[in-house]
Amino acid sequence: MHPAFSIVFFTTLAGCAQGLVVALAVAVLAGLTLSPGFLGTALAVACGLLLGGLASSFLHLGRPERAWRAIMMWRTSWMSREVLLLPAFIGIVALWWLALRADVGAGWQWLLPLAAILGALLLWYCTAMIYACMRFIQEWAHPLTIINYTLIGLSSGLVLACALAAALGEAGLLRAAAPWALVATLVAWGTRAMALRRNAALKPKSTLQSATGIRNQHLVQKSMGMSAGSFNTREFFHGASQVALRQVKLAFQLLGFALPAAALAWGLLGGPAWAWMLALLLQVPGLVAERWFFFAQAQHPQNLYYQSVS
Amino acid sequence: MIAWLKELLAPNVVAHSPSHAAPRVSHGEHSREARQLGTTLPAAKSCGDGEETLARQLALVIDLNVCVGCHACVTACKQWNTSGSAGPLADQHAYEASPTGTFFNRVQTYEAGIFPGTDTIHFPKSCLHCEEPPCVPVCPTGASYKRKSDGIVLVDYDKCIGCKYCSWACPYGMRELDEERQVMTKCTLCVDRIYDEQLPPSDRRPACVMACPTGARLFGDVKDPDSDVSKAIRERGGYALMPEWDTRPANQYLPRHVTQVAGGGGADPAATQQPAATGAQ
Repeated sequence: MHPAFSIVFFTTLAGCAQGLVVALAVAVLAGLTLSPGFLGTALAVACGLLLGGLASSFLHLGRPERAWRAIMMWRTSWMSREVLLLPAFIGIVALWWLALRADVGAGWQWLLPLAAILGALLLWYCTAMIYACMRFIQEWAHPLTIINYTLIGLSSGLVLACALAAALGEAGLLRAAAPWALVATLVAWGTRAMALRRNAALKPKSTLQSATGIRNQHLVQKSMGMSAGSFNTREFFHGASQVALRQVKLAFQLLGFALPAAALAWGLLGGPAWAWMLALLLQVPGLVAERWFFFAQAQHPQNLYYQSVS
Repeated sequence: MIAWLKELLAPNVVAHSPSHAAPRVSHGEHSREARQLGTTLPAAKSCGDGEETLARQLALVIDLNVCVGCHACVTACKQWNTSGSAGPLADQHAYEASPTGTFFNRVQTYEAGIFPGTDTIHFPKSCLHCEEPPCVPVCPTGASYKRKSDGIVLVDYDKCIGCKYCSWACPYGMRELDEERQVMTKCTLCVDRIYDEQLPPSDRRPACVMACPTGARLFGDVKDPDSDVSKAIRERGGYALMPEWDTRPANQYLPRHVTQVAGGGGADPAATQQPAATGAQ
């Protein structure tokens, strides 16, 4: 597939915001006392990331002015469900931020964090199912897709929470969240590596023979029916070389998981305060590369029909 | 989770009603075809067990024996549809080095076998109007739909938001985004032509079918066992593309058959050595 940067940025930004909100909500529900100023700032950051992601998702549409129509088919379409959940989740986070500012009574303090955790989990599920439900894109059609969207979001959100806590002097949260950030990053690396291993061993179910019904072992395409490409040759091919693909795979594992984990461990072992910021700065490009690779690695069966330009 | 999706989709599909349904091809026929193809025909699964299916399904049957790869169907399709209710179908850089544009139909060319025993197969490719279209349930707006009255899969261009998700969900790559209008387009089986009562009945056929100089394209109701298309599928081993994904394409292809030269002399030795050089037969 051709990775669309609109979707790459949207899923990366939203995933990170969801992870941050979950980290804050769990901290609040676990009884950790966070200063209202810090919590407000962190929620505003999450809101900003989510709105950035939403704006990025609009850039993917050919007809953004009709975007509202995308809520119609929630009964059958995971994209429709995602389109419903994303504003709902932004609404919950915004409401929580407002409730903090308005200092709404203690009885409500557990409700919004709980709703935020549920919303984040459902949103991860919907986003991942958009890809996992496509049975003939074998790289995606696996529960690991859902696990990875969730764990990578959690990891980046926790890393961001640590960086924010370190920068704003929220020592309690940093102490509580830092070990979890390290664990989430390492586990996410593990499950992403599992997906990479699975994909490397995949045997495509469709062949040129099944795609054309011409049952001859020696079958080659001589012409794909046009001289200079079409939507099919643009949308479904990443155009990068195998070498570039391998480099991105290595880079995202290093930048997205290995180096941030090392920086987190350094911070935990008494490193300087900027170790947390370093983890964040390393992970951001790493996760963008990870999402790019997620799309680029997917082999669409339609590509069987487009092998020979002429 | 796929089953759940299908279950959710079920109310949108017309239930199989015995009073309106055309009688079916016997189970034996399907099994024989299944054996020929070396795989289970997806359609055979629904036979007899009352699974929902439409009573009428218009489709094309492409005869790979006679397609000569002239692209007349491609240009006729483009001409009709760019001027009709589906158009205009954009062309970009039409007079430059890399022209590109929206087409509902393409003719590809494949070569089977090893020289000198090779066979050139021209392979027209357009929307298959699947009976289980994976592109329809994923559409977030409902712009993509399958007509209950005749099984044609269509896009409502006024509802499409151009998210391209349906094109990802088509394993055949049969949908093309119109780069100028930024909406998804696809073969309509010339829906604005086949029902047009102002045209003489013989012209109420898709433009590609009308244009084909060799009669390689048959058009009709594959649920009517007496239609030309059903007979061709039944008698000449019609097969579906990528049966492994259970999309149940309505369009089918007739495999290339090796013809013996009359009198037995002069037949291509490679072809006689390799009777199954091409096609499912």
